[in-house]
Amino acid sequence: MRNRRIGFRLLILFVLAWVVASTLVGAVFAQEDAAADDAAAEETMEVAMATAEDLGGVVSNLDTVWMLLAGFLVFFMQAGFGLLEAGLVRARNVVNILMKNVFDLSIGAVGYWAIGFGLMFGAGNGFFGQEWFFLSDVPEIYPGLSVPSYAFFFFQFAFAATAATIASGAMAGRTEFKGYLLYSLIVTVIIYPVVGHWIWGGGWIADTAFHDFAGSTVVHSTGAWVGLVGAIFLGPRRYRFGPDGGPMPGHSMTLAALGTLILWLGWFGFNPGSQLDADAVSIARITVTTNLAAAAGALVAMFVGWYHGGQPQLPWGLNGALAGLVSITAPCAVVTPFEAIIIGAIGGVIMYVGVNYLERRGIDDVVGAVSVHGFGGVWGTLAVGLFMEDAGLFHGGGIDQLIAQLVGVVAVAVFVIVASWIMFSIIRSTVGLRASAEAEDLGLDIFEHAAVAYPEFTNAPSEPTPASD
Amino acid sequence: MIKKIEAIVRSEKLSSTIRELSAIGIVGMTVQPVKGRGRGVGMQLRWRGALYNVDLLPRTMVTLIVSETNVDETVQAIMRGAATGEHGDGVIFVSPVEHIIRISSGETDREAISYQGDIDARKEQRA
Repeated sequence: MRNRRIGFRLLILFVLAWVVASTLVGAVFAQEDAAADDAAAEETMEVAMATAEDLGGVVSNLDTVWMLLAGFLVFFMQAGFGLLEAGLVRARNVVNILMKNVFDLSIGAVGYWAIGFGLMFGAGNGFFGQEWFFLSDVPEIYPGLSVPSYAFFFFQFAFAATAATIASGAMAGRTEFKGYLLYSLIVTVIIYPVVGHWIWGGGWIADTAFHDFAGSTVVHSTGAWVGLVGAIFLGPRRYRFGPDGGPMPGHSMTLAALGTLILWLGWFGFNPGSQLDADAVSIARITVTTNLAAAAGALVAMFVGWYHGGQPQLPWGLNGALAGLVSITAPCAVVTPFEAIIIGAIGGVIMYVGVNYLERRGIDDVVGAVSVHGFGGVWGTLAVGLFMEDAGLFHGGGIDQLIAQLVGVVAVAVFVIVASWIMFSIIRSTVGLRASAEAEDLGLDIFEHAAVAYPEFTNAPSEPTPASD
Repeated sequence: MIKKIEAIVRSEKLSSTIRELSAIGIVGMTVQPVKGRGRGVGMQLRWRGALYNVDLLPRTMVTLIVSETNVDETVQAIMRGAATGEHGDGVIFVSPVEHIIRISSGETDREAISYQGDIDARKEQRA
């Protein structure tokens, strides 16, 4: 009990330190703004005219509505992740996993506004951006696009929130809530934006031939590497492996299936939205490749599981669809529908092999996030080097594109694994990361939140006792 | 004499309890989720602003029918499998059974609860 108090105070301390630090940084920027404003006022007219010319004109209402709509669909993926993860954990941890989904989204929204967006897209060096913190000084229209910067920011925030959520599934059922809050803050304000800057924000990988259209590497494998390191740090859930242990089936296949289908739908914002304008030919093609890869992944994973395990099983189908979607995320804009089917199908197989491999190694990835998003993301990114029109190995483009893809994949994996290793070490030795044995047996819902998900169903403690004397 | 053993154990200790029972040759059993209370004070849950006390806590009840001669061994096995040493490990009840009838075969009493290779068969083999 005493340790929990200390951990809680440390968490508060971290958050306060962060708020104070970011306010100070904000104040410094505000002062610079004031100084710059005087000088800028005189040039306003010229700048405005130059901007209009540079940007090729104007903001497009159609592009903006499309980007926002795509952003809403990506936002809806949070509901998909929430339902999927809730369905795949045991009934005693449902409130906890839903809390994590709701609050990494909320933390992501604030943290990405304050620091993440600037670090990712602001001008800076090859490794991180150094402007646009707190959305200060962002131009009205995003440079190079025909949408307001705020629309672009919202779309990108939805991506950042996705990266943090991915890791929660790998660490479900045994992570303390306060440790989780701290790590999701660090992922959305530092780890994900730095990777994003390298690849999408004009950083050092962006200067190479590396191509990751919608984030197989940037979003999915980043989240998955964090989850992998987290799952290794935590160790498996009690009774998961060992003589008294065994598989712990998710408590609701209904929720898991619904969550997966919502994710599938959300991907029609994730991939086609990453076109960043409503270019008719591109977004139509991307929608088709995305859908086919998902279907191929689901089918192949289900059939592989059927052949190998003996029965057609829903969880393989669900994770197969997601692995197909993750795989096509990088190459969706540069491959044909037929190639999309091949990429998605191989993604499904890789997920199947990955889940079984981690299980044998005693790494307890509750929802299969590392295999779906990590291994699937690596495959999707490398698939660009094989199938990309003109540049890919199978299109006579030689091996250069594949090498560029490989360099990006390895660089991101090394950075994220090292960074999250440091992050989890610090969290474990200060705030605390692994829930106690008592909390795990009782369920995190009761132990951490004094709540149960299904009070009138299952055998959960529910009936209030009348107060005696 | 035939005895009924009802053991109320922690749900997470069910698999280790069954492992210990299987090791001594106990085959048949009935398991059900139950709620109950003992010496413990229960727990406080919260629904928004309101705090409420719940002292009927979930456990698992294992029901076994054994010969009187096997009661001690069975009880020891349950205690090995189910104990953590903390409050809330549960209790074991032992009571007499009047009559047993196996529905499919009409066998009664000792006959009705004998299984291939069970604790009695092992003892006979040793004797």
